[in-house]
Amino acid sequence: MPIARWKLLALQAAVAITAIAIWHIGSAGTLGVTFLPKFFFSAPWDVGARVVKLFGDGTARIAHCTDPLDITRLLSTSDACFGKTIWQHLSVTLIEGLLAFVIGSAAGILFGFWFARRPLVAAVFDPYIKMFNALPRVVLAPIFMLWLGLGIWSKVALGVTLVFFIVFFNVYQGVREVSPVILANARMLGMNDRQLFRHVYWPSALSWMFSSLHTSVGFAIIGAVVGEYLGSAAGLGYLIQQAEGTFDVTGVFAGMVILAAFVLGIDWVVTLVERRLLVWKPPAASSQT
Amino acid sequence: MDGPSDVPLRQASGVAAPSLRAVHLAGVDVAFPEPKGGVFKAVSNATLAVAPNEFVAIVGPTGCGKSTLLNCAAGLLKPAGGTVEILGAPLSGLNGHAGYLFQQDALMPWKTALANVALALEVGGVPTAEAMARAQVWLTRVGLKSFGDRYSHQLSGGQRKRVALAQVLIRDPKILLMDEPFGPLDAQTRQIMGNLLLDLWAADRKTVLFVTHDLEEAIALADRVVIMSAGPAARIIGDHTIDIPRPRDATEVRLQPRFHDIHRAIWAQLRDEVVKAYGGEVG
Ligand SMILES: Nc1ncnc2c1ncn2[C@@H]1O[C@H](COP(=O)(O)OP(=O)(O)OP(=O)(O)O)[C@@H](O)[C@H]1O
Ligand SMILES: [Mg+2]
Repeated sequence: MPIARWKLLALQAAVAITAIAIWHIGSAGTLGVTFLPKFFFSAPWDVGARVVKLFGDGTARIAHCTDPLDITRLLSTSDACFGKTIWQHLSVTLIEGLLAFVIGSAAGILFGFWFARRPLVAAVFDPYIKMFNALPRVVLAPIFMLWLGLGIWSKVALGVTLVFFIVFFNVYQGVREVSPVILANARMLGMNDRQLFRHVYWPSALSWMFSSLHTSVGFAIIGAVVGEYLGSAAGLGYLIQQAEGTFDVTGVFAGMVILAAFVLGIDWVVTLVERRLLVWKPPAASSQT
Repeated sequence: MDGPSDVPLRQASGVAAPSLRAVHLAGVDVAFPEPKGGVFKAVSNATLAVAPNEFVAIVGPTGCGKSTLLNCAAGLLKPAGGTVEILGAPLSGLNGHAGYLFQQDALMPWKTALANVALALEVGGVPTAEAMARAQVWLTRVGLKSFGDRYSHQLSGGQRKRVALAQVLIRDPKILLMDEPFGPLDAQTRQIMGNLLLDLWAADRKTVLFVTHDLEEAIALADRVVIMSAGPAARIIGDHTIDIPRPRDATEVRLQPRFHDIHRAIWAQLRDEVVKAYGGEVG
């Protein structure tokens, strides 16, 4: 039986309120013990206030700007009205994530198709693919920074290495697992290789890729944030890293809250896109909320 | 029934071209590699000739090689021995004259029913708008007028079969290969589908090779019923002409005494094969 919407929302809210209440009681020492000292855990109201302040300051700065906004100004940390505002951090992370997603997906689709259609290539490269995929991608970050500098491209590269493998494996699978009956039917209908690609292999591969859309978009963002954290001048990862560098726990928590909300927002957009693209799929046995 | 009143079929095709065969399988052998090495001889020395405009049903116990034989006629499977001729010419590659209605679901799940049917035309270069319009006509013909925007998982088994039928027939193939097209349906629906098929077939009398495990259905629909022996090394062991006049009604025809006589004669032969098919498994 599906859970009523209001009931679910109420329960979800209850979880958040309980967590914040415990945090509040622990940091304020209401029960006589301060089991969550502010120095390590900050306090919910401080974090909330900091988030509001970040957005307030950022918006105030932008409000004074009259010049038209373009991508270079958005990315320039020394820009008079954008530099180092929360809006810049958000845009930088978003742009890096998007680029990583697009480039990683394109490469994954290309190689996925190529390997699936060329078993020899797939067999030869198989151990190397496995090797790269097993490598924790964080260790590549310093190398990318060496090669590509501290700008957005080293972060994009890190995200690409994460997104690529997810898309690659899914597309590879999607092409290989096309139902032989559907394929035989398509051939009996007179399809040539190009038409088979367009009407059979491509939709099958895309459906596999879209089924992992949440994961690949999530990894694109992770790549961007981790890259920023390890060395950059803008982005949500940078924001958190800066706060941490000065033992500003409130700042770290505020950054985490903003990052979490940002990821939730993106996930919501992905869900909308997914619903449009996969209308033809039967609803999964475990239906969503 | 509104079908054109008929000249007896046998005569019609016989007069037109006595020697030409729409489908001719001669001494066909098919072997599959066994998982643990060696080969499994599924079909051995199967011979079957189908005249143009003839409706032939293949009946046989499950697993005997009916689908395999049809795949050979479609050009999807190359026999290890024997020859396959289509409309008098040896078959190489896919059979471009044939439309194939598969035993399993073969619709593209990412396309709507209408788009699936239209695709069969678009592949041949028909512009999308025209293909869609003609596909709608065919959907109406198979009784799915208002189901064009459904995806395959939103259709029932019988509806999917009807979409597949429209997809095959819209290309107007000379030869129709049908592999248990009404397999998963209940008895009533099968008869309704049978009548639908007879109606559509009466319009232009394509050559039909129709696989079924339901002997009554075979007799009700076909001009000729051939029996396949139980596998392995299955072949054609019986050939029965069904001289019940057309037009037929797939339901009514079962009440005729002639139907029962034919049924009794064929079943006597088929029963042994069915018993063999199961006996071989158990013993
Ligand atoms: N690709 C394959 N590899 C190995 N064996 C196969 C393959 N396809 C079919 N066979 C075997 O060949 C025999 C004939 O199979 P086929 O599918 O033609 O049977 P069928 O008469 O259509 O059965 P059914 O009525 O159940 O559909 C079976 O014993 C089957 O196990
Ligand atoms: Mg079969």
